[in-house]
Amino acid sequence: MQLDSILFYLFAVQILFSALMTITRRNVVYSAVWLISTLVGVAGIYLLQGAEFLAGVQIILYIGGITVLFLFVIMLVPVSEESKQRRFSSQLWIVLIVAVLLTGELGYFLWQGADSFQMGEPTPPAEIGTVTTNSEQIGQVLFSEYLLPFELASILLLVAMIGAVVMAKARPGAE
Amino acid sequence: MPRGYIPILIFLVLAFAFPVVTILVAKLVRPSAPGKTKLEAYECGIPSDADTRGRYSIRFYLVAILFVVFDVETIFLIPWAIQYNVLGLFGLIEMLVFLAILIVGYIWIFRQGALKWV
Repeated sequence: MQLDSILFYLFAVQILFSALMTITRRNVVYSAVWLISTLVGVAGIYLLQGAEFLAGVQIILYIGGITVLFLFVIMLVPVSEESKQRRFSSQLWIVLIVAVLLTGELGYFLWQGADSFQMGEPTPPAEIGTVTTNSEQIGQVLFSEYLLPFELASILLLVAMIGAVVMAKARPGAE
Repeated sequence: MPRGYIPILIFLVLAFAFPVVTILVAKLVRPSAPGKTKLEAYECGIPSDADTRGRYSIRFYLVAILFVVFDVETIFLIPWAIQYNVLGLFGLIEMLVFLAILIVGYIWIFRQGALKWV
């Protein structure tokens, strides 16, 4: 479908441009805002592939949660001095050579295996029983096939919770 | 892209276009006369005596990371809620186990006083 291709390239350009802006900004807060733009583009790609639930998660979690976390971390770190220094170190040439080599390598293998990278059509919803939408499919699979990983996820969240509280309260009584 | 998202796309495009167009038009129309006085804090403000990028309390970070944790938890509720009729009692028990583990953590956090804002 023509519209899908146009939208894909729009999102792809948006992702690449925003990602470049993210890593080149001198002010970290601007970087974080460009990161939001990058993540919105990725959500758009998910939506194009018919993964509505993933797109929603991308926006709610990554943009609404994790980027806010980044901003809080930026606030916690005194950046005024660091931001005035040179961003690129004297190893620029070594880094450039390694990056070019890696890109060439990656490009070569992508070129070799390009046939296997054909984008499959999103699974037609009707194929999986009475389930109709992407979110329903995820609910169905999550609570049958991937039940254990789902329950383990809650343990992981518990660990994250406890870890954050313990680290933040490292000095008891200190305000 | 599923059909139903076209209106959202149009909405997004308009939402982005509005501030861009407004700022550009304002830039074309307005007179340009920058002055030092204009940059001062006006009657309703006091001059700042420190850098804006001071250090903040770690509590902001704590609240943010706890928000992310419970955000993930809520995300997991959505596919369950959508498929509630199909999953039935088994799904309900699974979700209760999932929630119980997190509620234990929540009670622990609460008793640690991590949510208290002193």
